[in-house]
Amino acid sequence: MKLDATERAMLGGELGPAAKEALEHQVRVGEFFGAADFVPVTQAHIMADTESLGEPGVRWVESLAAGGGKVRVPTITDPRGTDFAKTSVLGHTPRIVELERRTVEAFRGLGVLMTDTCINYQTIQAPSRGEAVAFGDTGVVIYANSVCGARSNYEGGPSAVAAGLTGRTPRYGFHLDAQRRATLRIRLDWTPVTLNDWGALGGVVGRLAGNYWAVPYLEGLEGTPGSDAFKHMGAAMASFGSIAMFHLAGATPEAAGSGGAALPVAHRIGQADIKALTAAYAAGEEVDVVVFSAPQLSLYELRSLAALCDGRRFSKPLLAVTSPQVKPDADRMGITARIEAAGGHVLSGMCFYQSYAREIAEANGWKRLATNSVKLVNILGGYGYVPLLASMERCVEAAQTGRLAR
Amino acid sequence: MIFTARHAIGAPVTGPALVAHDGFSARYDLDRIAGTFSRPTHKLAGQSYVGRILVLDTAKGGVASAWMLHEMASRGVIPLALVLNSVNPILAQGAAFGNVTMLAGFECDITAQVPAGATLEIDPARKTLRVL
Repeated sequence: MKLDATERAMLGGELGPAAKEALEHQVRVGEFFGAADFVPVTQAHIMADTESLGEPGVRWVESLAAGGGKVRVPTITDPRGTDFAKTSVLGHTPRIVELERRTVEAFRGLGVLMTDTCINYQTIQAPSRGEAVAFGDTGVVIYANSVCGARSNYEGGPSAVAAGLTGRTPRYGFHLDAQRRATLRIRLDWTPVTLNDWGALGGVVGRLAGNYWAVPYLEGLEGTPGSDAFKHMGAAMASFGSIAMFHLAGATPEAAGSGGAALPVAHRIGQADIKALTAAYAAGEEVDVVVFSAPQLSLYELRSLAALCDGRRFSKPLLAVTSPQVKPDADRMGITARIEAAGGHVLSGMCFYQSYAREIAEANGWKRLATNSVKLVNILGGYGYVPLLASMERCVEAAQTGRLAR
Repeated sequence: MIFTARHAIGAPVTGPALVAHDGFSARYDLDRIAGTFSRPTHKLAGQSYVGRILVLDTAKGGVASAWMLHEMASRGVIPLALVLNSVNPILAQGAAFGNVTMLAGFECDITAQVPAGATLEIDPARKTLRVL
């Protein structure tokens, strides 16, 4: 890779051991993908829950901090592995909580801002069109590339840490114009209404597109989706297909110049396809727990949830997970109190699947989990859950009755 | 039979193949404590991946694999190598961070070419996979 004077100084250790280690890692990744050089980034976003890091990963972050490492650009965090105020609700052990505390301390030592959110594009700062960033969390990346027109690859935790420490990332993938062109044209014959159906649409598209380098071009939707609809659709598309960017005709900023309209229509998606995906997560009616998470809920989603909770009393646990930026607003506006009055819990700064989902299941005896998140049902099968997919309204009813009505 | 990949990283290894035309995600697909594929719908569900060269179609799912390969390697509960038709940045970053051998990108569908259980020799410097 072609290196500038700063990068050569980093590799030579002149800017400290953390920057040296970070750039060495980035060069290995860049050479793997044939990157010609580095691109400066304006922000980095680190996925770093401790279930993923494990003790060795935590020690690595601690070693960077102990070596005097400091981030060079604003660097923020994805959800943590627990909500420190709700560890008893989750059944998190002291070992889990301690590992989380060590990680928080190490990141603070590096100068990282502990935002603990996977909806930073709604709550912290949405990137601008053309802005090069280094974002972790697939849902964040696909939203930033597609809806904002920013430029990011999936940056896994170690690479996002490295990007924060060096202020740059290898120039490959979605930092290149050629990679952002549409590769697959899909005609949509039905426009979703509920967020679970937006997620299901994303899941169907993700399955069809199938890999990171595919860029679906979607057309035929009525109107323009709102931010929460894009959020659920994108997160599910990324989850099912490892997709990092899509274009939506008439809605996303790079759709018109993507070349998608000139491609032959490869697939059509209708309501039957959405129903078929949903039906795959309909194994019976009994429910142990209801979870709204993945991605964290916006203020508007929490507002909708609170309205559905009014006047109910839950017989099963209901967990609603949001960001540390949204939670104080929800508290201040009485939204949290309305959900908790029905017996629900509003958690903050975590995400269910990133918070030791297997240990949560074992501690609480939860197996049959109802949610409106298509991303969550796709993930939790591997953690031993029987995930059930339904609308927010039906999930709330299930928390009251213990059964998911069909 | 010798196959050449477009992308390679890691040290040379030789070992038994575990093959399926399915995806790979450390978080979505694995019981990382038991060292088995745990997602019920995965074609390798229930099988151990420890010490095997996984020959699979494509990287799936989220960014956690970038950390998890490193953590799995620290306990020795990890595949010997990964061989994929296509790879996303997460697995490349994870392989770089966890010192895991990986090949990706072939002219053919590599999962259709490698017999299950065959012994494979991987040479990342030459970007080659040889079926012994």
